[in-house]
Amino acid sequence: MAVAESGPRTLISPAQRSRGHAKIVYWAVIGILIPLFALAFLFPLYWMVTGGLKSPSEVIQTPPSLLPNSPQFHNYITAWNDLGLGRLLLNTVVYAGGALIFQVVFDVAAAYALSKLRPVLGNVILFMMLAAMMIPPAVLVLPQYLTANSLPFIHTSLLASPWAIWLPSVANGFNIFILKRFFDSIPADLLAAAALDGAGPFRTLWRVVLPISRPIIGVVSIFAGVNVWKDFLWPLLVLNDPSSYSINVGLYHLSNGSPEDVLIAALAIASVPTIIFFLFFQRNIMSGLTAGGVKG
Amino acid sequence: MAAIKTIGVSGGRAGRAVAGRPQRRNRLAMKAQRSATGYLFMIGAIVCFALFSWYPMVREVIMSFQRTNFAGETTWIGLENYRHIIADPSFWAAWRATGLFALLALVFGYIVPFATAIVLNELRHFRGYFRLLVYLPVMIPPAAAAFLWKWFYTPDNSGLFNAVLHALHLPTSQWLQSPHVAMLCLVLFSTWSNMGAAVLVYLASLQGIPGELYDAAEIDGAGIFRRIWHVTVPQTRLILSLMLMLQIVATMQVFLEPYILTGGQSGTTTVVYLIYQYAFSFNNYGSGAALGIMLLVVLMGFAGAYLWLSRRVEEG
Repeated sequence: MAVAESGPRTLISPAQRSRGHAKIVYWAVIGILIPLFALAFLFPLYWMVTGGLKSPSEVIQTPPSLLPNSPQFHNYITAWNDLGLGRLLLNTVVYAGGALIFQVVFDVAAAYALSKLRPVLGNVILFMMLAAMMIPPAVLVLPQYLTANSLPFIHTSLLASPWAIWLPSVANGFNIFILKRFFDSIPADLLAAAALDGAGPFRTLWRVVLPISRPIIGVVSIFAGVNVWKDFLWPLLVLNDPSSYSINVGLYHLSNGSPEDVLIAALAIASVPTIIFFLFFQRNIMSGLTAGGVKG
Repeated sequence: MAAIKTIGVSGGRAGRAVAGRPQRRNRLAMKAQRSATGYLFMIGAIVCFALFSWYPMVREVIMSFQRTNFAGETTWIGLENYRHIIADPSFWAAWRATGLFALLALVFGYIVPFATAIVLNELRHFRGYFRLLVYLPVMIPPAAAAFLWKWFYTPDNSGLFNAVLHALHLPTSQWLQSPHVAMLCLVLFSTWSNMGAAVLVYLASLQGIPGELYDAAEIDGAGIFRRIWHVTVPQTRLILSLMLMLQIVATMQVFLEPYILTGGQSGTTTVVYLIYQYAFSFNNYGSGAALGIMLLVVLMGFAGAYLWLSRRVEEG
């Protein structure tokens, strides 16, 4: 990560870089890329924020205006009050937070048991959990929906409740895989020492294993949160009551019947929390995503 | 193993001094106790996997051979669902749309992030700026991003893209309403909103390439592009091939893009979209399940081919 001014050599050698000719090319490339990136990734966001400030007629005006003629700040207030965005965002935070907690508790405990306690038939369970990772989620959505609609034996429906997001999120073979791989790498001597001090499996997990597993648990948590925030098809099916909508599902349902300018303001508001969160935890999120291997 | 034995000893009674049969019985008891503890630890995950992964998989297979009526009663109809969906004209259209999306996504979504990462890795200034910006769209809720782009694609000249083209005196387009470019529009949006994650992964793997390899290639007289081809690509081969497989599997399941941007119009009804329509628009669970099984077989085929190829490459 700490590749500063003088990192290891890459494609182009330091000698080649220092030539006067190459320096001009280098700065020309930077000079092109900075506005290009701004155009590709910032301008759409600018267009969204200012679009939310335009009046209905200005939104559909030809050609569109670069700056809103007279900023309609009340669009944002209308979007917040009438479209219930606060509720949608709060719901999504609850879904993401719960999914994070359930995944960390259940998947860490299971991976620890599979790695260190090695119960009878543990390998079969592990194989079945990892095999689940191979099944594309979209394929299972239909039977999962029917199961969530009427649980086996107890015939309760989870639809429109947070459990419909939380419980399925635990069935994540990737979590089991990276957690077990990490626990496998913990030296046996360390656990033996804990055992000699009289710690049972639970105390060993809590006092010895968890503190050194913080990075990997961070990775699981980031994926858990991001997955809930990005998921669409599953919440579209199971969150079928307006009071339970997540942000994605809510925006989809709001899109029919909201004035264009208010809808655009709503899109801007909906994007704010994650972007702010990202700006604060940029370093952790980026290193977590790349350290956790490749997924998403 | 040694550690686990010691954990058992700490349990108390099972002393090493006791010889013969009692020790064996103790060891068995210890093993049983450890298994019981293990299952206690695993119970939450096992219940969730059983409910939302293992059982649905079995149920999907069974459902694909059944017909469910409005009262929820099922009848066994053998391969009738499969025959029905293959005879449906939208079946082939959906596979064509899915294949086209995956193919276009390979051209854009696969090459663009890798090329971007290679360029960014050469920069020594403003690195934080570039990383931050390319990752920004990933942080926007996908539905919000999709509606934003739908607005950009507005077919008259009030839309952002047409306004720009018009200002430059270039021909404008119907975008999402044109059967010729609608799929391309979906792929461009998808690439924009997802490429940040791939760029970061590639950047991490590029930083692991030893500089000496480039030195050696340079001494052999290799120019920039030959260095990319003969050093960069082979050195990142593992991550490149893994990302290729993951991307194909992900793009073959595309749903949000056509659902929000086109509503399946202009020939963009993909396979997962068709599953959704069978199941939730026509209440035909059996056909939805049968199509799901077909998609599963195709994707498993891709994964199998990937494993077979990567093993052959490793051996040879």
